[in-house]
Amino acid sequence: MRAFVYHQPKTVAEAVRLLAQRDTLAIAGGQDLLGAMKDGLLEPAHLVNLKSLPGMREIRETGSGLQIGVLVTLTEIAEHPVIRRDYTCLAEAAEAVATPQIRNVGTIGGNLCQRPRCWYFRDPHVNCLKKGGDQCYAVRGDNRYHAIISPGPCYIVHPSDCAPALLALGASVTIAGARGTRNVALRNFFQMPDKNLRGENVLQPGEVITQITVPKPKAGTRSVYVKVREKDSFDWALVSAAVVLQVSGGVCRAASVVLGGVAPVPYESAEAGKALVGKAVNQQTAAAAGKAATTNATPLEMNGYKVPMLEAVVKRAVLAAAGLTG
Amino acid sequence: MPQQRTKRIKTTITVNGETQEVEIEVPDIEAAWGDPANMRWLGKRIPRVDGADKVTGRAKYTYDIQLPGMLYAKILRSPYPHARIRSIDASEAEKLPGVKAVITDLTREVNYVGEEVAAVAAVSEEIARDALKRIKVDYEPLPFVVDPETAREPSAPRVTQQGNVRGGNPQERGDVDSALSRSDVVVHEATYSVPPRSHCCLEPHGLVCQWQGDKLIAWASTQGIFSVRDELAGALGIPQGNVRVICEHMGGGFGSKFGAGVEGVLCARLAKMANAPVKLMLEREEEQLASGYGPGVTAKVKIAATRDGQLIAWDSETHGTGGLWGSASVPLPYIYPVANVRTRHFDISTNIGASAALRAPGHPQASFIMESAMDDLAHKLGIDPLEFRLKNDPNRVRQAEYRLGAERIGWQRRNRVAGEGRGTVRRGLGMASAVWGGGGGAGSRPTVRIAPDGSVEVRLGTQDLGTGTRTYVAAIVAEELGLDVKQVKALIGDTDYGYSGASGGSTTAASVAPAVKMAAMGAKERLLAAVSQRLQANPANIVLADGKVIARNGVERSLTWKQACALLGKEGIEVQGEWNPNLQGSGVAGCQFAEVEVDTETGKVRVVKIVAVQDCGLVINQLAVESQVYGGVIQGLAMALHEQRLYDEQTGRMLNPNLEEYKLPGSLDMPEIDVVLYDNPTGRVSGVGEPPVIPTAAAIGNAVFNAIGKRVHSLPITPAKVLEALGKV
Repeated sequence: MRAFVYHQPKTVAEAVRLLAQRDTLAIAGGQDLLGAMKDGLLEPAHLVNLKSLPGMREIRETGSGLQIGVLVTLTEIAEHPVIRRDYTCLAEAAEAVATPQIRNVGTIGGNLCQRPRCWYFRDPHVNCLKKGGDQCYAVRGDNRYHAIISPGPCYIVHPSDCAPALLALGASVTIAGARGTRNVALRNFFQMPDKNLRGENVLQPGEVITQITVPKPKAGTRSVYVKVREKDSFDWALVSAAVVLQVSGGVCRAASVVLGGVAPVPYESAEAGKALVGKAVNQQTAAAAGKAATTNATPLEMNGYKVPMLEAVVKRAVLAAAGLTG
Repeated sequence: MPQQRTKRIKTTITVNGETQEVEIEVPDIEAAWGDPANMRWLGKRIPRVDGADKVTGRAKYTYDIQLPGMLYAKILRSPYPHARIRSIDASEAEKLPGVKAVITDLTREVNYVGEEVAAVAAVSEEIARDALKRIKVDYEPLPFVVDPETAREPSAPRVTQQGNVRGGNPQERGDVDSALSRSDVVVHEATYSVPPRSHCCLEPHGLVCQWQGDKLIAWASTQGIFSVRDELAGALGIPQGNVRVICEHMGGGFGSKFGAGVEGVLCARLAKMANAPVKLMLEREEEQLASGYGPGVTAKVKIAATRDGQLIAWDSETHGTGGLWGSASVPLPYIYPVANVRTRHFDISTNIGASAALRAPGHPQASFIMESAMDDLAHKLGIDPLEFRLKNDPNRVRQAEYRLGAERIGWQRRNRVAGEGRGTVRRGLGMASAVWGGGGGAGSRPTVRIAPDGSVEVRLGTQDLGTGTRTYVAAIVAEELGLDVKQVKALIGDTDYGYSGASGGSTTAASVAPAVKMAAMGAKERLLAAVSQRLQANPANIVLADGKVIARNGVERSLTWKQACALLGKEGIEVQGEWNPNLQGSGVAGCQFAEVEVDTETGKVRVVKIVAVQDCGLVINQLAVESQVYGGVIQGLAMALHEQRLYDEQTGRMLNPNLEEYKLPGSLDMPEIDVVLYDNPTGRVSGVGEPPVIPTAAAIGNAVFNAIGKRVHSLPITPAKVLEALGKV
């Protein structure tokens, strides 16, 4: 690991000023960053510790929803009674991340901004497209864990569990930077590789997320996060889905289906949502939503299994959100 | 002392899965363990004597050794799978403040990613790492191949001058072709494969080396302190007597830690050059790249039986890779006798580094191939898979174990026809068998000392690689002398103590326990002789029990242990023991039953329960044997569902040199494990380290088949493969 200067700002303004320096990265829980630094993937000259900032580790209920400080840990989210009750998919997603040790330290902000786990990207000796090289090794290589929905030219999957849940709940993030703060809906936060090859989101150098705002779900809303992984202790999603359903009078009024593990971004499946709105949720419509979620899937050589798995995961999540079982 | 009478006996020894018969000379002494029912310690559940030290962090592993002025070493490794080294320029590294020694004379050609190129010792790990970055290596990349299938192609780059394919001579007995073409015979044909797997020792490989003049002390994480001593002495060109190797505690070896390794020799050289102690412990990535692995193997199989279920023919062609020169051969056909057999094995050379022995080398692979084929054939014959084994396995211990295991798992609950269950999540049951040697060998020289103050010590240059050796060494002496285990200090893990062999092939218990028992018996004999006058009793009428020395000679007289030892004179007692073949046995049998749930929509397999029935002769420490079986089952489950080393054909680099994408199961993935120790009244000690890992993966694979009626032909059984087997991809 390259030696670095460690900064402990006391205010967001100071943090933002520090982050505007060259070769500078923010650190919160450090669960992703330290691994990347030890592997030689990232070599910042300066680290700005966000944990020294006040007031960013709170979950506040407001009349219109939740405000989650960016330093709130995944354990705090998973255990929060209001999140568990009203924003269930977020609690379930936080609980599905990594291990208890990592969840105790890892923050919600870090979870949203973590870098992809693609083994070509993570290997410091492989100069892949995303790192400025001339090819995506996953295209002709071992792509068993890669994207089945991507415009190319890169086929990473977004590793976050919480991102699909927050996106499905309609959350937005507050971003602080040298030129002030801005609010960005999560829907517009993540970027496909054809728009942003080197990064995964709209954050500019020197910018940090300070807060996540989640609107209060409408009456009759229930949500679920389903994650399939090869092992249950500490593994990434092969496929996951966050489903938020608003049902009244036995009819689905609104549906948001966001997929994890299948695309370079948490992928909102408009097709799956459409398959549910205006219909009664039952085995047939849930299966139809599962089928619809695979509409844009074009698997690579080794990840075709993710298509039927995605179909099943979405079906199950829809049924569970409707209080039914598969 | 009078010359001891000796006799020559024939015995089998198993080292790394290779069983061979040898004739050896042994002391001609009648000895027996006696009836376990009369024992205070042996056969009972004895907590580890070093357990508290380990869980409190008091136990010092090699990693924990800190010496004044100690330096830290790091190794520069090849990023290329195959390259010539045109030049190495370490001048910038040598100039870095804090760097004390640099080695660059290792090799001019590298043959796998991770091969050692240079090494540095510096005052901190960070400086050593920075120094590596300043070493300029001019590589000329050469053609490479990492996949054995590709390596077999005539157009593949030749990775050795002899070509990429070795072996392939058919081994044949009986008449396979005639047997296969008989009209009353059912033939099953398929291809099964097992990928290469890493050892994943909790503690990585490594040493701390300190020179005192021309003498070297090396703390090593090893399963063979004497084999490390010999390798270091040989590589450094110094007498073996000048090397002392210490391994008080170590965190797992599984077959990968017999020698000093390249890192061991580098550590000793750097320490000599820098004139300071050096610590060199590998990192996890280095563990994955350069500390060996168990080879994978692919088997094209024909298996045949008569319609009534009598195995009659086996024909297999296997191939695998153990790197440039390693072998991936497996013992086939496995366990079940077949009259007409033809096997052909090819070893393929590739640029993936050298393989190493991995817990029961070749056997888990053979078990998966054989037992999958057995199940598939049973299915084709319409015979219950367990009935098929009962019919074809002549081993009487396993016959009993099959019945025991079937009862414990509830075998009658299985699907009569594989895959007949309904619903999204389907249950299935499967089973498989294991065989292992587990016998010991001569050579261990333990010494039991009884001091006049009553303290008791046993010293032996064996090592405890987590199996509980230290505990039974103490317990055997305590049993013999009628003491509490805590009263006996077991000193092991130091080549200054009497010789003992490396811990591999499940040979340690059967080698060490008899020798310790003989030493303890000798010490007891001397003690009884010393107290017989005071107790006015013939030694034959004196017993040692509960910390007392009791004479039963009409009237009962007794001495406390301390009183008795005070009669020994200043010199106390010191007795060396030798191995006695009458105290050990070879040939252990086991079988395992698995219950699984398969999610037919996601392809995910959940292991619900494993029943492991295992024989290991006389149980010395029940608690430790159960732990061994748990560990074996867990490692077998990992093999069944998760573990595989993956290499990228484009770059020749390992894709998962970590514990993230190299997947090991955790607590949430664990099934209920029901350990049944089969009570084998041989009265002799055998090893149990390896056998319980052998059948688990095969049993799980067969349970998956029973659940879904489709065979997953290769390990690990991932969701992707299950969905493919179900025709959903």
